Amino acid sequence: MSTQASRLPGGGTHRRPAPGGGTSKRLARIDAAIGMAFVAPVLIGAIVLGLVPFGYVVWYALHDWQPLTGQFTWVGSENFTRLLTDGDVWGSLLTTFKFAALLMVLNVTLAMGLAILLNQKLPGTATFRTFFFSPVIVSTVAWVLIWNFLVAKNGGINGVLAMLGITGPNWLRDASLALPTVVVIQVFKGVGMNMILFLAALQNVPAELKEAARIDGARATRVFRSITLPLMTPTILLVTMLTMVGAMDVFAPIQILTEGGPGRSTTVISYLLYRTAFVQQDFGYASAIGVLLFFVMLGLAVLQWSTRKRWVHDEV
Amino acid sequence: MRSETSHGTRRIVSRVVLYVLLIALSIPFVYPLLWMVLSSFKPANEIFAIPPTLLPTEWTLEGVSKIFTVMPFARQYLNSLYIAAIVTVGSVLVGSLAGYAFARIRFPLSGKVFLVLMSGMFIPGEVAIIPIFRWVAELGWMNTHWPLILIPIFGPGAVVSVFIFRQFFLSLPGELEEAGRLDGLGRLGIFARVAMPLAGPAVSAVAIMKFLAAFNMYFEPLIFLRSEELFPVSLALTRYQDGYGEPIYNTQIGATALTVIPVIIVFLFAQRQFVEGLSRTGLKG
Repeated sequence: MSTQASRLPGGGTHRRPAPGGGTSKRLARIDAAIGMAFVAPVLIGAIVLGLVPFGYVVWYALHDWQPLTGQFTWVGSENFTRLLTDGDVWGSLLTTFKFAALLMVLNVTLAMGLAILLNQKLPGTATFRTFFFSPVIVSTVAWVLIWNFLVAKNGGINGVLAMLGITGPNWLRDASLALPTVVVIQVFKGVGMNMILFLAALQNVPAELKEAARIDGARATRVFRSITLPLMTPTILLVTMLTMVGAMDVFAPIQILTEGGPGRSTTVISYLLYRTAFVQQDFGYASAIGVLLFFVMLGLAVLQWSTRKRWVHDEV
Repeated sequence: MRSETSHGTRRIVSRVVLYVLLIALSIPFVYPLLWMVLSSFKPANEIFAIPPTLLPTEWTLEGVSKIFTVMPFARQYLNSLYIAAIVTVGSVLVGSLAGYAFARIRFPLSGKVFLVLMSGMFIPGEVAIIPIFRWVAELGWMNTHWPLILIPIFGPGAVVSVFIFRQFFLSLPGELEEAGRLDGLGRLGIFARVAMPLAGPAVSAVAIMKFLAAFNMYFEPLIFLRSEELFPVSLALTRYQDGYGEPIYNTQIGATALTVIPVIIVFLFAQRQFVEGLSRTGLKG
């Protein structure tokens, strides 16, 4: 048996009684073989469809590769030097951050607000919970297509505004409004999930703690700020992280609603990557953008992980 | 000092305020879906009517009737269903095997294997797709369903299901397996006859997550498919264009409603499983 066994995740928590003798050794060997066979599919998958492709992306990034002409020539760091001075790439990176930050703030705030509302234990809150959650299970494409009609220049939202005597803007064709509009559509799509996570965390706050604070004369807002919120920080961290990472990856809503426009105002990095590779067929340069995207995502994960101690009450 | 009645009145007022707030907040979540269903029965030119209508002023099947003729929509629906079904079964199988092994079996290098899986998750799908695109072309799998089935089952995304199963099997009492062992079951028997039959919550969590993700898949079909009759519904919906030179918005909206309504109905019946399953995947993801 290998020394690795002691480091097995979760291993050793359910120790089998150690039987003695040669047969048990043979049995342990069989067991180890079964274990490796069980993890083989997912391990091979992660290598073949994750790690190896990433290696290839780095390799491709060092080439000029145009599948249309069959050209594949070594160019060294040329793609990366082009990347450094490419305003489109940095602009789209900035757009991605803007998108993700705005979505994260709106989503987490609204999710918390909805969770607090639903936690008031009013009769009928289950129905509202269903309402808020239902867009989560609707496909992004369907949700986005419907909203595309509603936010159109002469769509439903501007129709309602017109009845109030207001001329609504062309939400998705206005360079300053397109990005926030897509964000809001996405927030309504996904906020139900975060709401559920917050609701579970709210219900996990021990009632005795809140009661004790109340007896000590703390008002409801003070109880929330000093008791509930600190106890919820692990959930808030988790939700913020998941929301941020999810938003950095946005693709379908952009492609369907704005195609990166107007101008470049909604060209996020994953959409730029898609266009560079699969529309302009510039696979070498697209690979360089892919490498950049990988390090950005990695950097974000490290950043969030390293700052967690500063504001998380307690690791669960 | 407050009297009982004024206290009661305050309670009622605060309740009314809360309900008004909840109803107002529900609008952006519920209205689009309601509008979608009702607009399927509007004439195309009423979709952009001013003032906007929720109920059709004139009920018509003009839009709905074209859903299956503008596109091979029945075929596309079948594509989505069968791909999602295979992905779901495959993911439960792959995830439960690996999750069980990590939770219950001592095997060499398990820690390293776990690290490899974790690092695979850091590679964004739209980055990995570039070489995969080349391999798919070399294998002659372009414009087939193979990449749409294999990537979700075996790709780095599968790791989330492994975590869910691992977490679940860690929480199962070891005595249950002990009993199975005494009954003469080997490792495979214990997995198949003792552990898996108890893993209902983990299976439903993974199945719901994977089915929804596969049914709603958009990026991979966009990259790998060219022929309309191979499209899944999500991609097909975006291609309902004005084929005859006249707007067919109502047809597109009707097709969208057809893809959304079954999912919503299943959700309403199995709401607890959906909410628990999806929030569990959120948490462990």
